[in-house]
Amino acid sequence: MPNETISRRGLFMKLGILFNGLVAAGLAIPVVRFLLSSITRGNANAYLSWVALGRVSEFPEGETRLATFRNPYVMPADGKTVDTACWVRRVEGEQFQVFAVNCAHLGCPVRWFPQSGLFMCPCHGGAYYRDGSRASGPPERGLFEYPYKVENGLVTIQAGELPTPGASAALFGKKTSCPS
Amino acid sequence: MSVLTQIGEWFDRRLQLAAPIREAAEHRVPRNTASWWYVFGSAALAVFALQVVTGILLALIYVPSANEAWNSLQALNHDVTLGWFIRALHGWGSNFMVAIVLIHMVQVFLFGAYKFPRELTWIIGVFLLLMTFGMAFSGQVLRFDQDAYWGLGIGASITSRMPLIGPFAVKLLLGGPIIAGATLSRFFALHVFVIPGMLIGFVCLHLLMVLKLGINEWPMPGRVVKRATYIGEYHELTKSDGEPFVPYAIWKDLFFAAAVLLAVAACAVYFGPFGPTGKPDPTIIQTAPRPDYFFLWLYAVLSFLPPSLETPALLIGPVVVIVILILLPFLSGEGEKSWRRRPIAVLTILLTAVALGTFTRLAVFAPWSPHMNAWSGDPVPERFLRGTSALERQGALVFQVKQCRNCHSLGELGGQRGPSLDSVAVRLTQDQLIRQVIQGGGNMPAYGKNLSPAETTALVAFLTTLHPAGQGPARDAARDFVLGNSQQTSPAPRP
Repeated sequence: MPNETISRRGLFMKLGILFNGLVAAGLAIPVVRFLLSSITRGNANAYLSWVALGRVSEFPEGETRLATFRNPYVMPADGKTVDTACWVRRVEGEQFQVFAVNCAHLGCPVRWFPQSGLFMCPCHGGAYYRDGSRASGPPERGLFEYPYKVENGLVTIQAGELPTPGASAALFGKKTSCPS
Repeated sequence: MSVLTQIGEWFDRRLQLAAPIREAAEHRVPRNTASWWYVFGSAALAVFALQVVTGILLALIYVPSANEAWNSLQALNHDVTLGWFIRALHGWGSNFMVAIVLIHMVQVFLFGAYKFPRELTWIIGVFLLLMTFGMAFSGQVLRFDQDAYWGLGIGASITSRMPLIGPFAVKLLLGGPIIAGATLSRFFALHVFVIPGMLIGFVCLHLLMVLKLGINEWPMPGRVVKRATYIGEYHELTKSDGEPFVPYAIWKDLFFAAAVLLAVAACAVYFGPFGPTGKPDPTIIQTAPRPDYFFLWLYAVLSFLPPSLETPALLIGPVVVIVILILLPFLSGEGEKSWRRRPIAVLTILLTAVALGTFTRLAVFAPWSPHMNAWSGDPVPERFLRGTSALERQGALVFQVKQCRNCHSLGELGGQRGPSLDSVAVRLTQDQLIRQVIQGGGNMPAYGKNLSPAETTALVAFLTTLHPAGQGPARDAARDFVLGNSQQTSPAPRP
């Protein structure tokens, strides 16, 4: 309809709609940024930080002990949820392996059985050897390992994110394969 | 004119709602739809109303903070007058709502009610089902206890498997890098504002379409739906064999809705509220998380899927199911409505019901989960030790100490992750036992590094005694032939 004329009121209505659209788009930017803030903050690994688990001497050589640490990123209402557990295996000297308690299958907490040298998961029966490699059950990979370092006699790990099977973050990317 | 009528008319002159309401109530429905089979939709609505009311009541006390939620639930259970009852009503209401929504869907499917012109009613119903599941899961999270905490971990683990966006989606789901205060707050927002808001809107659309398009007539074998003629036929039916919905059909809805609410209340009184279980403290790892009953089947499926299939099944499976459900009215929008002429539909329902029922039942026992305390809790039954040598008893000790019982049962006590070992000596020869113990395989970890040669010898000596009284242990015939029977180290069958 090339010859259609537009009335004054019609034009104003369209301008009004356009005006609302512009305001909505302008407001959408902060809204979306707010909604995605939990992702965008993590992009630069801002959640990660080094936390101490305890003195080296607290972990006897050749044994695997449960240690707890406070998540480096804390919000006021987090309560106990920021206290996290991990399994610390002191291989020998200052050589450690620090495993997340979360099963590599679906994240249930695995328990260490020193007598049989296995980590077992109570949910779907995943099992791991003492070095964290997969022994049996549904997990596709070994236990998640935190990067660690020993500083001033303290075992510290780089933590701050929930380990999940799909985590592409450099943190948990290393796969421990089945030795068989 | 009475005062009451005058007040009513004063309002209606301004609201002008009486006429449309009367018209909706008295719209004609086919006589044979006034059936006890047509009561599930209204019952779902009644339970939803109960959930809204009890939900608001709970919100008067509940604190959506990771620090306080668990304590506020304890206060509801123990300190606030009848707080336990309102929690129990809400918890049982959610169980009933999931069940009734599913039954409603099955009935609609079997009665062909999704066919022309009610396709959109069905599709919105599919979304209502998804929202019901969303409410069930988010409600389980708000009961912020151990099961909720680790359930969120499972949700995060599944989410993280999405290709490319997985890790970002996890942070979006959890509201941060870990399960913490922000996680509970966003699930509170979902459970209390977002999903209920959408539910109310969609329920209104769903009901509006039932009114505008008419309730599905009772399906008769041979009465085939055709797009060209259906609407005319339906109007003819409501004219020739119809009755006003109120009061002709509604009384059954009313009775059933009341009975369902009574059943919810009875369950609430008798069984009480759900949890909360232990505190949501991630440093307490002595826990075996279980989902609520409507997700138990999923919990079972996740233990049976081979590792390589798990991620595709988890990510593609739900999408396929939802797409099929949405496409259903377009794929079979015409044709027979009666289940008597739709054997595949009936079989699909039966197969799905049997599968879900079986998985749910399995998940109650969770035979795939190791019994974490069996090795220290269930002693080796005495009858397996009678008449055994010192070496074999030492082997029984190794068997116990090395947590074999966590996965293997003996005398029906112990885990069911691996096979029962009551008669393992009949199935495996001595050499095979040694190999299995040391190298593992078939879903058993290898114990080679954790057993000294002496322990292995003792353990296998004990295992070779595990055979029925009248049946000897398995033997390697070739080895017997070469080495002679005298070399056979297994003891003779016990009397």
